[in-house]
Amino acid sequence: MKTNFRTYYLYLILFFLAGVIIIPLYVSVMGGFKHTGELRTNSLGLPIDWKFENYISLLVNSDFWLFLWNSTVYAVGTTFFVVLFASMTAFVFAHVKFAANKFLYNYFLLGLMFPFATAILPLFLRVRDFGLLGTSWAVIIPQIAFGLGFSIILFRGFFRQMPKEIFEAAVCDGCSYIQFYFRFTLPLSTPILATVSVITLTGSWNNYLLPLIMINDESLYSWPMGIMVFRGEYFTDWGKILAYVSLTLVPAVVFFFALQKYIVAGLTGGAVKE
Amino acid sequence: MRSAKLDALLSRYYTIIIFLIPALTIFTLFVVLPIGEAAYYSFFRWNGYGAPEKFVGFKNYEFLFKNRVFILSLKNNFYIIAISLFVQLPFALLIALMISDKLRGAAFFRTIFFLPFILAEIVTALIWAYIYDGNYGLVAAIWGFFGAEAPFVLGDKDWALVAILIVIFWKFFGIHMMIYIAGLQAISKEVLEAAKVDGAGPITTAFRIKIPMLIPTIKLSVFLSLLGSLQLFDIIMPLTGGGPSNVTHSMVSYLYYFGVMRMKVGFGSAVGVVIFLICLFIAIGYQRTLMRDDNENKF
Repeated sequence: MKTNFRTYYLYLILFFLAGVIIIPLYVSVMGGFKHTGELRTNSLGLPIDWKFENYISLLVNSDFWLFLWNSTVYAVGTTFFVVLFASMTAFVFAHVKFAANKFLYNYFLLGLMFPFATAILPLFLRVRDFGLLGTSWAVIIPQIAFGLGFSIILFRGFFRQMPKEIFEAAVCDGCSYIQFYFRFTLPLSTPILATVSVITLTGSWNNYLLPLIMINDESLYSWPMGIMVFRGEYFTDWGKILAYVSLTLVPAVVFFFALQKYIVAGLTGGAVKE
Repeated sequence: MRSAKLDALLSRYYTIIIFLIPALTIFTLFVVLPIGEAAYYSFFRWNGYGAPEKFVGFKNYEFLFKNRVFILSLKNNFYIIAISLFVQLPFALLIALMISDKLRGAAFFRTIFFLPFILAEIVTALIWAYIYDGNYGLVAAIWGFFGAEAPFVLGDKDWALVAILIVIFWKFFGIHMMIYIAGLQAISKEVLEAAKVDGAGPITTAFRIKIPMLIPTIKLSVFLSLLGSLQLFDIIMPLTGGGPSNVTHSMVSYLYYFGVMRMKVGFGSAVGVVIFLICLFIAIGYQRTLMRDDNENKF
């Protein structure tokens, strides 16, 4: 009896909370299908008069696709180099004994505590002085730099848990470290490769501050910058803005459901001691 | 003829050099040096062109701590931290305890509650800017239902920050819940079984066993929450952009408006250094938690 009573309240709370999460997302997607007048009178219900123009006008808008493409370039470029460099570094930390091993590892760890905001202005000057402004590298390189620390931790943890025997056997067979890395370590590390890739991809895809600082040229805008410009143009024309929001929301949600396992592993894996 | 041993040694050095150089170079040039440069530039008045020449000592810092808007942004950051630590995290813990057991539908709730975390902050804030809109949004609908004139919370000096805090809560409690759930799953089943045999109910178990065993996890989520709160920017921009009358700035949005947009490199760097020092202060307190690097730990 008592248990049933408790369970009842438990579900009541959980469903209420789920509603608080879902309703804002639902009204946004539906809002994109409504006329401005209907948004005023009917913000919760399904659209009475479905209006597809908001979505269609975006889907045929070349800027919309351009911004998505730019963000894709930033995300893929960043992820490729973060995965490559961080895994190489972590491999050395995990398998190669040398005097400065621990020191260098802590050096990267320390970087985790440096707030990105502190470095913004000097970072901008460095990127400018290297002549990278106006190119995709202005976004990609700083993102790589700030993505390395956490990825190195994740890779190192994984590499260390791989059975030592494989490594010893391979070295005896005359396999060099570099060959070992490419022939054994990487192929055996798919779960952690997936985890680091997914985290880096999402981080870059959603990044707003860095591209905002680095990019002046509208043809290089990322989609979060694009959506903010769009908001500035159609200030309270919510139907248009919500359509834009929804079009970026849907892929994110699909991506999340497909790769949830890796996202969660990455975000909690570094945090939880086993 | 070189010996095999020498070959192995050389191979080791090549590996170290080849594998470490890319990461070390990029990390040093684009993370470590800029932090040091920020400290240096903060003593100058400089627009970023030519070399910094106009040395002003601590003037930038003096101005900063006499500036009403900056002090307000500092306060806002501390409100955000306080609400995160004392409301959001306990709430996340409660939910984690509620759905970590053999509750039916646990996976469903976990996924739903975690969902806002993966949305871009910009998108989250735009959705809420709509919801808060006194003419069109949900707030308007709810007020309208009761026949009242809806407020424009984001334009109201007293309520704008509260509105932002609600969005932060909505977006971030799920990740902390997820971290706690992962921590709870790592608690050994035998301990929990033993408690059950001894007649401990769910509440006793939570307070006497689960929460104490979760302390390292809680410390980490507190750390992440602190650093995240201090760097808040994206959520503020679409909601209020720091307004009305500059009362909802965070330190980073202050840095953006008053340092970056006006290309005041010295002054902006001083803001950056203040943020850095607060983070450093927190990190030192956490040194032992974060650096416990024994032989097998990940962190």
